[in-house]
Amino acid sequence: MTMDMKQLWKRYGPLAIILLVVIVITAWRYALNPQTTTAVLASTLRQSTPLVLGALCGLLGERSGVINIGIEGQMLLAAFIGFLTSVWTGNLLLAVLAGVGVGALLGLLLAFMSVTLKMDQIIGGTVINILAFGLTGYFYQAGLTTQGKLRPIPLGALADIPLIGPVLFNNPPITYVTLLLVVIIHYVLFYTRWGLRTRAVGEHPRAADTVGINVYLVRYTNVVLGGAIAGLAGAYLTLEAVGSFERAMTNGRGFVALAVMIFGKWTPFGAWGAALLFGLATAIQTQLQFAGELAIPHQFIGMLPYVLTIVVLAGFVGRARPPAAIGQPYETE
Amino acid sequence: MTTEQENLEQTTASSVGMALLRVWRGVSVPITAVLLAVVIGAIILLVSGASPVAAYSALIKGSFGDGDAVARTLEKATPLVLSGLAVAFAFKAGLFNIGAQGQLLFGAIIAAALGFGIEGLPAIIHIPLALFGGALAGALYGAIPGALKTYTGAHEVITTIMLNFVAINITDFLANGPWKDTSPGNIVARTPKIAPSAVIPEIGNVPLGFVLAVLAAVITWWLLWHTTLGYEIRTVGLNPHAAEYAGIRVAWITILTMMLSGLLAGMGGAIETQGVVGRYQPGFNVGLGFDGITIALLGKTHPFGVIPAALLVGAMKAGASQMQFDAGVANEITDVIQALILFFVAADLIVRWILRMRETDEEKITLSTGWGKQ
Repeated sequence: MTMDMKQLWKRYGPLAIILLVVIVITAWRYALNPQTTTAVLASTLRQSTPLVLGALCGLLGERSGVINIGIEGQMLLAAFIGFLTSVWTGNLLLAVLAGVGVGALLGLLLAFMSVTLKMDQIIGGTVINILAFGLTGYFYQAGLTTQGKLRPIPLGALADIPLIGPVLFNNPPITYVTLLLVVIIHYVLFYTRWGLRTRAVGEHPRAADTVGINVYLVRYTNVVLGGAIAGLAGAYLTLEAVGSFERAMTNGRGFVALAVMIFGKWTPFGAWGAALLFGLATAIQTQLQFAGELAIPHQFIGMLPYVLTIVVLAGFVGRARPPAAIGQPYETE
Repeated sequence: MTTEQENLEQTTASSVGMALLRVWRGVSVPITAVLLAVVIGAIILLVSGASPVAAYSALIKGSFGDGDAVARTLEKATPLVLSGLAVAFAFKAGLFNIGAQGQLLFGAIIAAALGFGIEGLPAIIHIPLALFGGALAGALYGAIPGALKTYTGAHEVITTIMLNFVAINITDFLANGPWKDTSPGNIVARTPKIAPSAVIPEIGNVPLGFVLAVLAAVITWWLLWHTTLGYEIRTVGLNPHAAEYAGIRVAWITILTMMLSGLLAGMGGAIETQGVVGRYQPGFNVGLGFDGITIALLGKTHPFGVIPAALLVGAMKAGASQMQFDAGVANEITDVIQALILFFVAADLIVRWILRMRETDEEKITLSTGWGKQ
């Protein structure tokens, strides 16, 4: 019994302490200034959404042994196509689906390069990034406008709870879908046959092959699904967050998402927590800048997420263990 | 006697043939990759309602049409040679330096600061001073991801990209703040013009900067294949475990390689400032980091391969504005073509299948070795 307690503490103790600190600080800030606190927390969730989605994309690929450095490009092209679809059809649902579809298509390209052609996976991802930058730049036209963006859907009485209501239960659709995806992918990865196969392929493809798992199929499916999720992140940027498209608007989020994935130790809930931390940092920084409480040049505040990414990587990558087979093409015998 | 002579003649003939075959083996994949990319680029142009013939002929006119055009191509190719060298050099140690852009930015702004901040020096001292200052800045900035990789295991692919964003912010701050051009009428972020004594001149139509870039390629080649350090770098690239076992200090080689890679990129930025722009101005060289990757791989990560590859990409950049002017085609199409070139060069399986060629036993370097410590 005491042993169990010790293990429980070891596993969840730090998490519990962090949660407690967050709750105490939140309550304290809320007592002082309810409006700002609500705004910062809501902004945290908004900032974290594309990072969670990007990290989910990354971990689906890496759990099956494929590194995806092209998340940035997948997001960017999906954001662009989603935006164009919205301009042409005025149908936001169709636009989101178009973004998801484009993401999946780029996922298929990455799978083709890294699984079938056995190209170096990092170069494969770089191809996707440059291609997306080039295509969006070439087909971009200034002055296109949409008929609005995805609106928040309040979840009945839940949305009226102070603080928690406006932050969690009054969001636009992709934010809800993101939270659902975290739970679903956690379940699929750790409690279904597919998840077991994925992890087996990511750790030891030869052994997986021996017991009859189709390594190529597992990798293709995971990378394409991941691409679709990165596409959703792109759609989130143009259709839910900003409402318009700008060149290179992803701003490195696809790469930050990879750090989020590593920080979250390749688990969906871990990635979610890490993304919230990044989101909080960005939200606080925006709030300080907005309030004019900081006398620091905006460039130094602007580079905060990138510096945080480096610090997190430097501090945590040594302790986290990636899937053993990532980066290596698999050859059937 | 005659048979001996015949034999001798035959062997020379066949060795010449062999050499030619080897050259063809070396260049056939890149050339085919470029052709395939150009054809697919033409299809994209057609789909978007533009004329590929008009676009491509304007592109060629703008890059090789006359002396000015050629000079423009050489000018554009100069930082590309150096960022391509930076990426190719890091590749040799199995490192992927996506941060050439950030290192180049630091090289460019430090060279500008040394260029406008110091006056009264003769050109023979001022030019190298600013050049090496810029190169050193790039080297120090390149050392950061190298050290991070060595001591913490943070993969250079993510850290270099993040450092690119950090560099954009810091240089923007400097060009907008302490080092801003305060001459009346200036409202944009840029440094003052550098002193004439720091300007790298042109010799006829050939920018001296390009000559320096070619010289850097020769030195890089010599370092890699004719020094002990080069041997160690290549050994680490092929197999870090074996290198460690053989007594090579992998940690030190990793940091040093990233430093030298950053030095090359920083020198590219310095030449851009001193030979082309004449000051530091943000935005003039966005994307050169990615260009470096295409160029390094198109040049088969060989210093001498990097030069023609950089000339090709430089020509596309030099001719892009002509293309926009004559054929009304947005110049981003050159980015698309570049991505396609990278794809076909990297996916040499496709190209080899088209050429019916077998895989050669060249030094293969794996970059994607995972995120953790090796």
